Amino acid sequence: MILLLDSRLAVAKFGLGFLVSDAWNPVTGDFGGLSSIFGTAASTLIAMLIATPLGLVIALFLVELAPPKLSAFFGSAIELLAAIPSIIYGMWGLFVFAPFMANHVQPILGKYLGFLPLFQGPPLGIGMLTAGIILALMILPYISSVTRDVFMMVPPVVKEAAYGVGATNWEVTRGVTLRYSLSGIVGAGFLGLGRAVGETMAVTFVIGNNHQISASLFASGNSIASTLANEFTEASDPLYLSSLINLGLVLFIMTLLFQAAAQFWLWHIGKKMT
Amino acid sequence: MELNSLKKRRRFNSAIQVVSSLSALLGLAALLWILLVVLQRGVGALNWDFFTKLPTPPGIIGGGLANAIVGTLLITLLAAIWGTPLGILAGVYLAEYGKGTKIAVIIRSMTNILIGIPSIIVGVFVYALIVLPSKTFSAYAGAASLAIIMLPVVVRTTEDMLSMVPNALREAGLSLGAPNWRVILQIVFRAARGGLLTGILLAVARVSGETAPLLFTALNSTFWMHSLNEPIANLTVTIFNYAMSPYADWKSQAWGASLLIMGAVLILNIAARLAFKERSRAK
Repeated sequence: MILLLDSRLAVAKFGLGFLVSDAWNPVTGDFGGLSSIFGTAASTLIAMLIATPLGLVIALFLVELAPPKLSAFFGSAIELLAAIPSIIYGMWGLFVFAPFMANHVQPILGKYLGFLPLFQGPPLGIGMLTAGIILALMILPYISSVTRDVFMMVPPVVKEAAYGVGATNWEVTRGVTLRYSLSGIVGAGFLGLGRAVGETMAVTFVIGNNHQISASLFASGNSIASTLANEFTEASDPLYLSSLINLGLVLFIMTLLFQAAAQFWLWHIGKKMT
Repeated sequence: MELNSLKKRRRFNSAIQVVSSLSALLGLAALLWILLVVLQRGVGALNWDFFTKLPTPPGIIGGGLANAIVGTLLITLLAAIWGTPLGILAGVYLAEYGKGTKIAVIIRSMTNILIGIPSIIVGVFVYALIVLPSKTFSAYAGAASLAIIMLPVVVRTTEDMLSMVPNALREAGLSLGAPNWRVILQIVFRAARGGLLTGILLAVARVSGETAPLLFTALNSTFWMHSLNEPIANLTVTIFNYAMSPYADWKSQAWGASLLIMGAVLILNIAARLAFKERSRAK
């Protein structure tokens, strides 16, 4: 691939050390991708931790609880969340949501959970946590709509049988629906993961863009995509540019791996079902 | 499953119901929050100048984004012109000619992978492929990256829609002695028209809000463009630059541009849904 070709300069200079070095200094020409890779992983992890359970219960609401009309309305409203361009999320995140986090959410978290290193530091609003939450919002529609589709594929007979022996709504869900659709939910998770890893604009707006690894979720950081977005047009010398392209290559390989895993998983499920 | 008292089970059940209803409401609230904020802050920035004038240097109040509006329309149009026919042709191959062959399976999984590639990577790719050799950012490069993003979406929906056309229709055409290509063009396409339109609209909606791939392919500009082979102004990159700037006037224009983009994308999405519904009803 072309990316490989153009990153050869950085690969030749830093080798595999690129992946584990957290140096990033355009002046001295010392580049390492660790902080960006860490930021991508951390923000994606936060997003998945929030979006997966939330997407699950929303799908549950849509399929099991809501009357059909209400369900259709909520369903398309949540799907519209996926249609909003990421730059709009970025604008909203930077000017509306980040101040909201700084004034209302982060002080409370800091007060009650401040003994954890995760929640220490000044409540700036922008940073890892905010980026993660916005990412969660962005991948939520993917997870909930796929999960809803899987839930609807559960044969009604099985559910009715469970209701017949006196199980409550939740017991049917846990014992029957979830068990049936576990594989589909994993697939939905992979889909959301792929989205979150490569998301650029929204993250660039709110993550703070700082080449530093910090234990606190309040601190600003960066992700591979945000580094690329910010610095690509500024990269003047060939080594700088090549390092950035190398970062892009890392991201590309990451998404490729997730994709392959998801495809393999679906193929595996498909084989098991027939 | 351990047997708790009925009361306990009932209570737990209603707790779960409340939680899941609240989550759905939360999703809805987030959507409304974003829509309202953009609407409220964007409307103030929209006026006649916004649509007709060029951007002013920082510090000078006024001016508009006319060049960026035209630029975005142009890049999107160009991307649609490149991406749509190719995508539809590939979709036709997958659904009609290559059905079940090994090549079709390979192309299909490549398409799936292409859908999952982050848009910024497409930008980097086009940068290395077009911008570096031609030594200039250009509208062509921007449109190329958007076309690459559109392509797999169009391929997938085309294939899905064509495979939904009942085989009996094809057989009827073939039995009248029509060659394969005629059957595809005049029967299958006609039957799947609404679906194809939906796919194209969704693909256009998806790329018209894209920013990341344009950052270093189309770049941006504060002037009218003179040719397609130079950096071109566009709304999304303008939003990015203006939002990050310290000038209140620019920020307000960024909100105006956001409103414009969001409105266009939502309208395209709703139109796509309607086109699809129309088709299902006609069936």
